[in-house]
Amino acid sequence: MRFPTAAPPHVVVPQTVSKVMRIVIYALLPTIAVHVVFFGPGLLIQSILAIATALATEALALHLRKKSLQQYLTDGTAIVTALLLALCLPPLAPWWLVVSGTAFAILVAKHAFGGVGMNVFNPAMVGYAVLLVSFPAQLLTWLPPDVPELRTEQLSFLQTATTILTGQLPDAFTWDAITSPTPLDALRTNLAMGMTMQEAHASPIFGGFGGRGWEWINLATLIGGIALLALRIIRWQIPVAMLGSLAVCASIMYAIDPGAYAGPVFHLTSGASMLGAFFIATDPVSAATSDRGRLIYASGIGVLTYTIRTWGGYPDGVAFAVLLMNLAVPLIDRYTVPRIYGHAKRP
Amino acid sequence: MVRGSSARGGLRLEAHKERSTRDPIGMAAAPSTAVLPLDQHAGGAAVPIVAVGDTVAIGQPIAEPAADTSAWLHAPISGRIVAIEPRASVTRACAPALSIVIDNDGREMRHSSARAIEDFLSLEPRELREHIGRGGIVGLGGAAFPSLAKLERGAQASAPTLLINGAECEPYISCDAMLMRERPHDVVHGARILMHALQAQECVIALEDDAPRAADALRAAIAQTENGRIRVQVVPTIYPSGGERQLIASVFGREVPFDGLPPDIDILCHNVGTAAATARWVRDGEPLVSRIVTITGDGVARACNLEVRLGTPISQLIAECGGYTPRVERLLMGGTMMGMALSTDEVAVVKATNCIVAASALDLEPRRREMPCIRCGNCAEVCPAFLLPQQLHVYARATDLDGLERYGLMDCIECGCCDYVCPSQIPLVERFREAKPRLATHLLARDNARAARLRFEERTARLQRLEAEQRQRLEEKRRQARRKDA
Repeated sequence: MRFPTAAPPHVVVPQTVSKVMRIVIYALLPTIAVHVVFFGPGLLIQSILAIATALATEALALHLRKKSLQQYLTDGTAIVTALLLALCLPPLAPWWLVVSGTAFAILVAKHAFGGVGMNVFNPAMVGYAVLLVSFPAQLLTWLPPDVPELRTEQLSFLQTATTILTGQLPDAFTWDAITSPTPLDALRTNLAMGMTMQEAHASPIFGGFGGRGWEWINLATLIGGIALLALRIIRWQIPVAMLGSLAVCASIMYAIDPGAYAGPVFHLTSGASMLGAFFIATDPVSAATSDRGRLIYASGIGVLTYTIRTWGGYPDGVAFAVLLMNLAVPLIDRYTVPRIYGHAKRP
Repeated sequence: MVRGSSARGGLRLEAHKERSTRDPIGMAAAPSTAVLPLDQHAGGAAVPIVAVGDTVAIGQPIAEPAADTSAWLHAPISGRIVAIEPRASVTRACAPALSIVIDNDGREMRHSSARAIEDFLSLEPRELREHIGRGGIVGLGGAAFPSLAKLERGAQASAPTLLINGAECEPYISCDAMLMRERPHDVVHGARILMHALQAQECVIALEDDAPRAADALRAAIAQTENGRIRVQVVPTIYPSGGERQLIASVFGREVPFDGLPPDIDILCHNVGTAAATARWVRDGEPLVSRIVTITGDGVARACNLEVRLGTPISQLIAECGGYTPRVERLLMGGTMMGMALSTDEVAVVKATNCIVAASALDLEPRRREMPCIRCGNCAEVCPAFLLPQQLHVYARATDLDGLERYGLMDCIECGCCDYVCPSQIPLVERFREAKPRLATHLLARDNARAARLRFEERTARLQRLEAEQRQRLEEKRRQARRKDA
C-alpha cells in the first residue's frame, strides 16, 4: 500500500495567529467596558471607526501587495492595532483623527515595512505618535471622568456620534464646560505652575491612588493582562520589567522630594501604564525576542516613560518610550542571544 | 516546563502508549523473504560476505563492517540468498539501497559457530568490546550507531559512567518500556557487560516517570544481581528527555560540549534495547537478528509490540495486527514528533525500526496555512538546545550563513518542539534541515580556506627565514674573507 509523505513533526498545536489575536481582543474588553463607564460611549464609536479604517486600509495594502485577502485580512492583527489606537484617543476626538491615525498605522507602520510580522515599530503607537505631534491640542482634550463631584451634562450615544462625526458639540454644550485634562496632564501643568503635590492633588480629578476613573481603567487592563499571562499569550518579562522600572524610577524621585514628584502607585495606575505594559510593549513583533532581551527592552520603556512624563514635553510617555525602545530592539537582540546547550559562552 | 539547570525546554505531550502496552510482547512470524539493506547502521555500509545462491542459517554473518564505523550483519532467517541488489529501503526514505535478500526455507536452522559466554568477566575489556562488535550490535534507540565504535570511543574516557537510556520520550513508541517490563534481566545483564567492556565504575538506568512498572521491574532485577553500582533514575516525562544530550543534562546536571561527545565528560550512553541485545549476544550467542517493534496508531486494527526478525516487510507486520483500518492516512517509522513518513509499506524492518505508526486523522494534527513569524518566542521557550528558532528562521530565509552559525543552527537536534508550538504554523524543522547542509559546506570551505591561508603564511615565513639565514651565512663568509685579506 502506498501513502502520502510529510515532513515531521506530524502533530502541531492547533494554535494560529488569528486565535492569539482574538484572545488579545477579548482581554481588552474589561478595559473598554470600564472606559465607557467613566468616559461615555465615545470609545465605542472611535473603535468602530478605527476597525473599519484598519480593515479597509489593510485590504487595500494587501491588494496592492498581491497578498491573499482571505489569509491575512482575517488574522486579527489589524483589529488589535485599531483597538489599541482607539483606546489612546480622547473619546470625543473628531473622526478624521482616528481615521488618519489608523490609516497611517496600517499603511506606513505595518505594510510599508512588509506587513504582519515585519513591522519594526508598534503600528498603533506610530499612529498615535503621528497624531500627537501633528494635532496635540485635539489629543489632549479629554473628558472628565463620570464621577459625582465632576458630573456634567452627559452626551447621549447619538450626540457623541454626531460630535465625533461633525466636530461640533450639540447646542447646549460648550467644549470648555465638558472637557478636562487627564490627571497626568493636570499634574504636569499644576506642578509647572509651582504648586506642591498636595495642592495639585486637591483637584477632584485625582482619586484614591491615581486619577479618578483612570485608576479603575488601569485595574481593568491589569485583569485583562493577567488573563493573557495565564493563557500564556504573553510572558511575564515585559510587563514586570516595564512596570517595575517605572515604579523604581517613581519611588526614587518620590523619596527624594515627595512634594514635587508623584509616587509609584500614581504612575502605575495613570495613563497608559497598564495598557503599555500588557498590550503594547508585549507586541512580540516589535519587541526584543529573548527572555533577557525582553527584560532590558521593557525596563527601557519604563525608564523612558517616567522620564518623558516627568521632564518631557508630553503628559504621557508610553508611546514614545515604546517607539524608542522598538528602535533599540535589533541591538538588544544582538547582545542577548542566550547561551546554547553545550557552549560555555553566549554567542 | 523548566527542569533543573541544564535541562530546559521540551514539551509535555500525550503519550499514546496505552494501546500498544496492553498485551505482552508477541512474536512476529518469520518473513518468507527477508530484505536486509547493507546501510542499516550509521557509518559505512557493510560489505556482503555471501553470494547469491549461498545457503545461510539464522545468526550467520552475511556482511562485514567496511570501516571503523560500520557493523556486522547476520542472517535473521535460514534459507538461500536470492539477490544482492538495490531494494526500496527505509534507510533511504523508501528509495533503493543495496540489500541482501534471503528466501526463507522454513527450517529455522541455527548457525552453530557462535559461542555463548557465561562469564564475561573472564574476557579482557578490549576483547569483550570486539566481541560485542561481532554481534552486529548497533544503537537501537533509532540512530543505529555501531556500538563497537561508540565503546572504543567511550573506553578512552577515564572511569566513565554508563548511562542506559530507557527514556522513551516520543509519543506512541513503547518498545523500550515493554522490554524493561518483561525482560529487565536482559537489560541489567547487558548493562553489566557494557560496564565491564568500558571499565565503567557506575551505571545509571534512566527512564521516564510514566513507566513505573518498568522501573519496578528493573529495580527487582538489579537487586537480584547484588550489584551496588547500578541504579535506576526516574526523570520527568518531558519530550525530548530521551535525547542523549538532554538525558545527560537531566540525570547528571551536566552538558555535553557542543563540539564533543559524551565520553568527553566521562559518560557513555546506550539505549536499553542495545543493552538487552548485547546480553543476548554475549550470554546466549544470538547476534542482533531481531528487535522489538511497536505497531500502533488508529490506522491499524490491533496495537502491540512484536519481536520482529530484521528484514520483515512492514506490510506483513500490519497484516499480523489485523490490517489497516479504513481511517489510515499516513505510515510513520518512529513516533509522531521525529518519525519518518513512509511512502510504502513494502519496505523491511531494519535495526533502527523501533515503531510503526499507522496514523489516522486522530493521530495527526496537520499544519494549517503558514503565516509570517510574529516572534512570539514560544519556540525559544520549548527549545531543549536553548536556541532562538525565531531568529534562525529569519536567517535561514535570508540564507545568512554567518547568522545561522552564530545562532547555533548546527546545535539544533531537530526534535520538532519549535514546530509543534508555532502559532504561525511554520515548518521550522524542515527549513532548518534544508539549511544545515548549506551551512556545513560553508563552514568546511571556510575551514579549508583558513587552513590554506595558514599553510601559505607558514610557507612564506619559512622562506623568509631561510633567506635570512642564507644572507647571514653569506655575510659571515664575506667577513671572514675580508679578515683574511686584511
